[in-house]
Amino acid sequence: MNIDSIYNGIVLDHITAGKSMQIYQDLSLDKLDCSVAIIKNVKSRKRGRKDIIKIDQEYSVNLDVLGYIDPEITVSIIKDGKTIEKKKVELPEQLVNILKCKNPRCITTTEQGIDHIFRLADPATRTYRCIYCEEDRKIK
Amino acid sequence: MRHLIDPMDLSVEEIDGLLKLANEIIAHPEKYSEVCHGKKLATLFFEPSTRTRLSFEAAMMELGGNVLGFSSADSSSATKGESVHDTVQVVGCYADIIAMRHPKEGAPLLASLKSPVPIINAGDGGHYHPTQTLTDLLTIQREKGKLGNLTIGFCGDLMFGRTVHSLIKALSRYDNIRYILISPPELRIPDYIRVEILEKKNIPYMEVESMEQVISELDILYMTRVQRERFFNEADYVRLKDTYILDTDKLKSAKSDLSILHPLPRVNEISTKVDDDPRACYFRQALNGKYVRMALIMTMLGLIPG
Ligand SMILES: [Zn+2]
Repeated sequence: MNIDSIYNGIVLDHITAGKSMQIYQDLSLDKLDCSVAIIKNVKSRKRGRKDIIKIDQEYSVNLDVLGYIDPEITVSIIKDGKTIEKKKVELPEQLVNILKCKNPRCITTTEQGIDHIFRLADPATRTYRCIYCEEDRKIK
Repeated sequence: MRHLIDPMDLSVEEIDGLLKLANEIIAHPEKYSEVCHGKKLATLFFEPSTRTRLSFEAAMMELGGNVLGFSSADSSSATKGESVHDTVQVVGCYADIIAMRHPKEGAPLLASLKSPVPIINAGDGGHYHPTQTLTDLLTIQREKGKLGNLTIGFCGDLMFGRTVHSLIKALSRYDNIRYILISPPELRIPDYIRVEILEKKNIPYMEVESMEQVISELDILYMTRVQRERFFNEADYVRLKDTYILDTDKLKSAKSDLSILHPLPRVNEISTKVDDDPRACYFRQALNGKYVRMALIMTMLGLIPG
């Protein structure tokens, strides 16, 4: 299967197979005017199967969202047909308005208009902690 | 010290400083009677807690300051949907320091992110209540003359009792502490305390189900209430609530210098006959609560006389 290479834009590679739709939604890529290619279940030497997303315009990607969904992703910035920058994503130290606290006793469940903030508590178990009530959330 | 949200925000040195100042106030109250003249404490109690509120207000008054505030969500704009966030920014214009109680966990932290004046957490749901922890530490220090080398029994609801969790954490920073945890199996301390505090720091502890078998070993007995709302059904509550009642009979085998603490209010877990025993410290503990709040308010306002 062939997908045109992009000339100016961004490629999200090495996405864990099956996670590309979540990334598409969480980054709100449907709101973009340009072409966006989602390529699923590509054979990968490293990982067996992977997904790839190509965005055909300059785009400033939220690395925290990617890091939280899948820290294996690599990001390539393409300009004039060449890869000018490669970024590795990491599990972010802090998530702002990405997770919502599920503790019914937490102030975030009643207070309107505040930032929902989680801090990385344990990278090994991918555990985040709500800064308000300190309830832990493990992410998949 | 800008805000006080979690008792563990305070270093051992800061706690020592507060306890020292509280002891100094107890010894010479007249020296401190005008220290907060012209200053205002706002007590924002989004849920009622009369004892805690009165303790804060009495503390500020004895320092020569003034108090304002509200004492339940019903009598405030909170029921009209005004947020914590807006309330503290408005009250922060009127008051120099805020003591805030709220049923939701994390509300005082949220307030501290927006407030122009220092916030003291006066209890946020089942989460933190730092001035209770300071009260308990001052009481132990005054009764025993030290905060280390003690065998401390906690009795009652150890699963949900936040005062117990905070005090276990705070005391774990002192030397030679040994805990005896007395509770029904259903209400034992949560795993995070067991793993992250007791086991990580190699603190000796044992868990037992009956007070009688251990009371003779204790230097401190910290009693707690078994709250009705912690139980899903009435039958469990009725079955368990009388299991851990301290009476004069059980006290016969206790040490002569045992100190009995309780955060109050009590239901029936300490027989009123125990009140006359000199080992009962819980009313002195309530009084200490006022003094430690005086020390805290002064310190947070930067008003310690040279
Ligand atoms: Zn929360």
